[in-house]
Amino acid sequence: MTLVLDGSKTALPTLTPAEIRRYSRHLIMPEVGTIGQQKLKAAKVLMIGTGGLGSPLGMYLAAAGVGTLGLVDFDVVDESNLHRQLLYGEADIGRKKIDAATERLNVVNPHINLIQHPVRLDSSNALEIVADYDLVVDGTDNFPTRYLVNDACVLSGKPNVYGSIFRFEGQVSVFWAEHGPCYRCLFPEPPPPGLVPSCAEGGVLGVLPGIIGSLQANEVIKLIIGQGEPLIGRLVLFDALQMKFRELKLRRNPECPVCSENPSQTELIDYEQFCGIPQEPEEASDEIDISPSEVKAMLDRGEKITILDVRNPPEYEICRIEGSTLIPISELEHRLGELDPADFIVAHCHHGPRSTRAVGILRENGFSKVKNLAGGIDAWSAEVDPDIARY
Amino acid sequence: MGISVQIPTPLRGFTADQGEVEVSGATVGEAMLSLIAIHQALQPHLYNEDGNLRAFVNLFLNDEDVRYLQKDQTPVQDGDILTIIPSIAGGGQQR
Repeated sequence: MTLVLDGSKTALPTLTPAEIRRYSRHLIMPEVGTIGQQKLKAAKVLMIGTGGLGSPLGMYLAAAGVGTLGLVDFDVVDESNLHRQLLYGEADIGRKKIDAATERLNVVNPHINLIQHPVRLDSSNALEIVADYDLVVDGTDNFPTRYLVNDACVLSGKPNVYGSIFRFEGQVSVFWAEHGPCYRCLFPEPPPPGLVPSCAEGGVLGVLPGIIGSLQANEVIKLIIGQGEPLIGRLVLFDALQMKFRELKLRRNPECPVCSENPSQTELIDYEQFCGIPQEPEEASDEIDISPSEVKAMLDRGEKITILDVRNPPEYEICRIEGSTLIPISELEHRLGELDPADFIVAHCHHGPRSTRAVGILRENGFSKVKNLAGGIDAWSAEVDPDIARY
Repeated sequence: MGISVQIPTPLRGFTADQGEVEVSGATVGEAMLSLIAIHQALQPHLYNEDGNLRAFVNLFLNDEDVRYLQKDQTPVQDGDILTIIPSIAGGGQQR
């Protein structure tokens, strides 16, 4: 399969003497050669996300001489990004990722053209943005955007170089509906919110996106130069703890709603809704939430409160509210017997989402006096007890 | 030697952190029932209220998707590897 580069429809761009010097180690390989390097120069690659996966992707694709690199990101650099997002340093905290990334990639390779898309990719802009590129690399961090990127690529006929990470585990594939299955063929439906933890909740090994993002960059370059066996119809699973790679065969779903011969969906949809993410809170938050200062006042008055920590044990190791009971959210339904429905229970997690789910679980099981600590232990640290470490 | 079920990281919280569970059974369906008999906490994460495998749970027998074999009825034998492929998205803040 050949990727027809938009920028090569007339003739491939020539390399300048400076480019010949810079790319010499590519040029002397028969698999790349001058023509391969010219294809790289002609290529337009859209990177969705400039985070953990986007860092190695951006740096390798820029260094390799991909002529036009589009960056989509609306986020700012957070301190907790730095253990894996090598595009950024301490001085970039608080800056827009897209600005810091552009600056860094310009330093890596001033010969390439960097295009900023400082937006949240959504159904209203995705097709228009994708249209200007030859291929798309999915370095996003959430389900709605992954389905959106997939569908936009299928509808535009572009390859989607997919990578995903969690803790010690990574996945890589190339989804290209013209030649093989798409993301939806493998994952027809997203998991309901809350059932699959995110890296923000479950953590991720800092090196892992470096490995998975590099594998994606390798696939991008192979597709552009038209060499080797692209990872189409194959899913590579990587387990960093076991140091094992596995490869599974992927097949086109003949009933795929977007890439089959008679698709039931021919345009982009509302992906937040598709992923079951409620547009409006189901219950008024004051019905569920209690503020850290209210809880503190109750404790100061000597009222009896069970503080239920639903985070995971490693998070409890980092910091905890004195006297709290630890029951991770994943175990809550099986450990309800450890709690007394007669008690006033305040559940908390890191920022609030898990403990909000915990309140739901408890109320469904006959616990009527349950509240969620608004903002989690992070807000408790900010408002009540600054000695508690923030992470 | 039985059938090895590979548990992905997001589900290891329900298998006492085991990444591999040995089960028995003559079909994929039986092997999975054997798995949830050992680790009952997995059940709601793999099956819906009607007792069907949830649509977002992907099961591979060796390197093939069981959806394109005989699904639950696919025969299995000792030494086979059943892999549960999780939907993972990355670092996004949990809403």
